[in-house]
Formats: sequence, C-alpha cells, structure tokens
Amino acid sequence: MRGTTEQMNTNTTTVSTSPAGTLARTGTAPAPNPAPTAGRLSGHDLTLGYDQRVISKDLNVCVPDGSFTVIIGPNACGKSTLLRALSRLLKPSSGRVILDGKPIHSIPAKQVATRLGLLPQSSISPDGITVADLVARGRYPHQKILSRWSDDDEAATIEALRATNTTELSRRLVDELSGGQRQRVWVAMVLAQQTPLLLLDEPTTFLDIAHQIEIMELCRKLNRGSGHTIVAVLHDLNHACRYANHLIAMKDGAIIAEGAPAEIVTEKLVEEVFGLPCRIIQDPVSHTPLVIPLGHPEE
Amino acid sequence: MSAWTRVATPPETGVDFGPGHKILTSRTGRFTLRLELRTMLVCSVLAIAGIALALYALATGDFTLTLGEVVRTLLGQGSEQSELVVLTWRLPRVLMALLLGAALGASGAIFQSMTRNPLGSPDIIGFNTGAYTGALLVILVLGGGYLQVAVGALAGGLATAAMVYLLAYKRGSQGFRLIIVGIAFSAFLASVNTWLILRANLEEAMSAAIWGAGSLNAIGWEQGVPALLVTAVFFAAAAALAPRMKMMEMGDDAASALGIRVESSRLLLMVVGVGLTALATAAAGPIAFIALAAPQVARRLARTPGVRMAPAAVLGAVLLLASDLIAQRAFTDTALPVGVVTVSLGGAYLIWLLIREAKRQ
Repeated sequence: MRGTTEQMNTNTTTVSTSPAGTLARTGTAPAPNPAPTAGRLSGHDLTLGYDQRVISKDLNVCVPDGSFTVIIGPNACGKSTLLRALSRLLKPSSGRVILDGKPIHSIPAKQVATRLGLLPQSSISPDGITVADLVARGRYPHQKILSRWSDDDEAATIEALRATNTTELSRRLVDELSGGQRQRVWVAMVLAQQTPLLLLDEPTTFLDIAHQIEIMELCRKLNRGSGHTIVAVLHDLNHACRYANHLIAMKDGAIIAEGAPAEIVTEKLVEEVFGLPCRIIQDPVSHTPLVIPLGHPEE
Repeated sequence: MSAWTRVATPPETGVDFGPGHKILTSRTGRFTLRLELRTMLVCSVLAIAGIALALYALATGDFTLTLGEVVRTLLGQGSEQSELVVLTWRLPRVLMALLLGAALGASGAIFQSMTRNPLGSPDIIGFNTGAYTGALLVILVLGGGYLQVAVGALAGGLATAAMVYLLAYKRGSQGFRLIIVGIAFSAFLASVNTWLILRANLEEAMSAAIWGAGSLNAIGWEQGVPALLVTAVFFAAAAALAPRMKMMEMGDDAASALGIRVESSRLLLMVVGVGLTALATAAAGPIAFIALAAPQVARRLARTPGVRMAPAAVLGAVLLLASDLIAQRAFTDTALPVGVVTVSLGGAYLIWLLIREAKRQ
C-alpha cells in the first residue's frame, strides 16, 4: 500500500510551483518506447454488458504503465464498453477491474478520480460557461469543503490550459469555440484533474482531419513529455498505428491481438478484425504501418 | 472579513476567469474560495429589494405604521398595538412568503439543473399536482385541519415524485424522460383532482378550491415555526449538494469521472427538491410558476453557466413576497389567493420567453 502511494505521488507531481510563483516542470521523460510492464490498471475475467445483453466475456486486459494504448475494432465490438469498465462507469457483471492492486469499485469514487481521468464520449458544456471555468471544474476531486480554490488548483489549471494551448481562450465561451478547440478544452479539463492515467473515449470523432491530428499530437506529447499513461478508443486505424505504442484489437467483445503496432498490424489481422481486405505499407513519415484498403479497384 | 485578503488575479500569472471572478484566500491559506462577483451582486441587490419589500409589507395595510415604528417594533420597543399588528399579524406572513418563495426557487433550480431543461420544474412535472391530490384526499375523504392537510400534501408530493422517478427509471434516470413522464403523470393526477372535487359537496369543494389556488391568508406563527425549521434542514442539505449539482450539469459520465456518485447524488437532490416543493405546497397550497421562472430569470441576471440555487432562492423569495403584496393590495375589497398572482406573472414570463426565442431565430 505504501509503495502504491509513493508511486502515485511521483506520477502526479508533474507540475510544481517554485517559490517565485513561476511554474517548473519536474516530470521525467520516459523512454520513447517503454516495454509493457505490469500496469496499475488492469481487468481480470471481465464479463461486460448492459441489462441482459452480454458484450464481452472473460476479458483479460492490462494497460502497461507509461504506454499510449489504443483500443481499435469495428463498430459495436465492445471497445467503448471496455473503456467504460476500466474507468468504473460500468460495473462488470463478473470479474474485477484492478487499480493499484485494489478492486476499483472498492476505492472511494473521489479517490479514483485523483488517479484516473476520463474524457467521455458525450459531455455537455453548460450554457454560457467560459473555458477557464470549465477547465477549473476538473479540480473537483482535489477540492475540500473549505478549500475551494487552492494554489494547487490554480497551478494545475494554468498548466492544463498551457499544455492544450488554450490559455488564450480562457475567457471565451465554450459554446462559441470550433469543434477542435472545444475538444482541446475538454482535454484540458481532464488534465486539470492531474491523474497519471488518462482514458479517452473516441476523442477525435466528429473532428476534421487537422483537428484529429492536433488531438493525437497532444496525446503523444502528454504521454512522452509528462509521462501520462493514455488509453484511447479510436476509429482510425492509421492514427492508431502512428501514435500508439500499444494496440489492443477487439472483435465481437474479445481481444484478438495486443502489442506494438509494428508487430501486430498485418494484412491478415485487419482482414480478420475489420473484414477489410487491405495492403500494409510503411508510413513514409512516421515509419509505422499504414493500412491501404483494397476495396474493389476497377480492373 | 479581516481574516480574508482579497487577491485579484492578474491574467499574466493566474488563470484568467474573466472580470467576474475574485479569489478569496484566508491569511493562513487554508480556506480559499472562488467567487463569481456578478452572482454575489445580483444576490445582494435582490436581498436588499426583499428587505425593502418586507418592511413595506409590515408597515402598510388596513392599519398603517411608519417605517420607524416598524423597526422599533421589530427591535422589541414598539407599543402593544404595533406589536400585535407587526409581530402577530403581518410578520409570519411576510417571513413565510420569503421562506416558501426561496424554497420554491431552490427546488426549481435543482430540478432544472438535474433535467438540464428549463421546463423541468416541479410544477410542470407534477409534484404540485400530486401534493394537491394528497391535500384533497385529506380535505374530502379523511377530513382534517391545517396540519393534517399539510401532512397529506407532503405525502402526496413525495409519493408522486417516487412514482415519476420509478416510471422514468431506465438504466439510470434521464432528464428528458423524467419531464415527459412527469407531465403525463401530472395530467393524470389533475383529472383525479377534478373527479375528487366533482363528487364532493359544495362546502368542501369550496374550501378545496381555495386551498388549490395557493394562498398565504391562513398563515400564522403556529404554521410558520415548524415550516421554518424543516426548510432550514432542507436548505442546509441543498447547500451541501450544490457543488455536485454543478458538476452533474456536464453529463453523467463526466460527473462520475470526476468522482461523483451520480445516481445517489441525483436521488439526494430529488429528495431535497421534492421536500422543498412539498413543504411549500403543504404550507400554502400549490403556488405555480415561482419554481419555473425564478431559476431562469436569476440565471439571466447573474449570467451564470447553468442554473444556481442561491440566486434562484433569493429571487423566488422576492417574487413570492411581491406577488403576495399584489394579491393583498390589488383590490381593496377582496384579497386574492397569491397563486392567482403568480400564475399571471408566470404568463408574463412565458410571453417574454417566447418573444426572446422568436428574436433569436
């Protein structure tokens, strides 16, 4: 238990305020491609579903610490369901999700929220809320009854705005922002929570290509620069190959393959998981697998 | 106030929340607060208006007193006669108008925030109607005095809320379902109420109709004190739940990701919200539109993101007291039930809302 707390502290302290009041970054940069070690977050023999409908059975999954893990798979394969279970939004009908060696449902909700942050698929910006106000709400799990806005809250909010490049937008209304800006603001809200683990449910859906890349780059920066462990559900296979260092491919509620993109993404796997005949070449820019769908080329 | 230092945050170093925010820190730095100045200002102005209206209500009527006399009487230095008029006759009614108005405003804010819909107020989703059904059953079937009617109304309101919640519950409760089910259930109860009144004799039907219009006429200290105590408990609970309510406006998933247990918080909020409405209804009959209008008008005045309890409560208090004054003084020969006035104000509010929406498009 003691080891766990210490680990947590070193992971969360990516920002500190020096006496002069300026921000200093003390986070250590992890190795570019960390080997999947035992993770703080894992699921064991999970059976997941809604009401009577079972989506996944006997699922075992481990999120390697310090990884940028991406879950891919066709629509309705259970990838969002898995993410919801890992973030304790969905209670598994059997099996357990373990966070820092303890079943996640046995840890007080507010305490979980200081270790694990989630950007859900459907979030609502309250009418007329400003960017700074929304981002500051990410501090909720850290606030005590009498201390509603501490120096730590201030520092974390500043850092979250800075990391997502939204400081300039602080006073703007969230309703008035473009889709890409708005998504960056929501990521900032989750960052302000200062959790070592970040779970993102389809963060790039509904964004145009430039904004998708922007969010992916931001995630990579958070993973490599600040040492966040990131788990994201993505639709775009090529984005997943390019940015993730750990892929989980799912189909019909089961995990088909797991590992580094360069090792597991093959023509056979894509065909098996998505039913999509394709060719795989090397991405000339990032040197990661690039999936080219075959479709029905004209003869 | 001396233990607090005012720290204005210059945008270069701190988070730029815009002009409307001040951060208060105690000298030791252990207690900190982030304040929305505009909300504070709106609350203060409304509170002053409420006090002014209250003094006016205490001073005027069939027997007119000067402001000085009223203040002296309130401080315990008045004549016997002014004590009778101010303390015994008028004060309970004024206090109850403020208190019940605040209860309705806060309750409206809770439900509108929870359903994320300006129509999600307790008078729309049937809790008033349910409380009326409870009261009618006591008046017409069981027979009983003020206290029994109040208990009946409380039970009716709570039972209706439980029914609506259960009927709307499906894998967690959703705002829109709650409103739709509430409206349907409210329509059903309204016809039950009509049926109950139709089969009653004339005298009972008359007293039921008077109660049904919502009136503060019958209120004295013996009704006021218990209501005051119970409301205080509900207000304390509401204040404790307010931060969670704010978070839950961002959606259930986002709120639970921030460490809020959404279903239990929602249940607690519902109990407090229903309790406040049912209490007001039990004390004065179903008073419409305060719960509907106060949170929205307060939100537009204070320009807060989402509805807030405190400004809604203060505005509700002022609105109900003003309505009650109009009800008492509008016609010299008869006193109207305050519910009639709030319904008229509510009509004006809806027209304003329609014009606003039309202008937007």
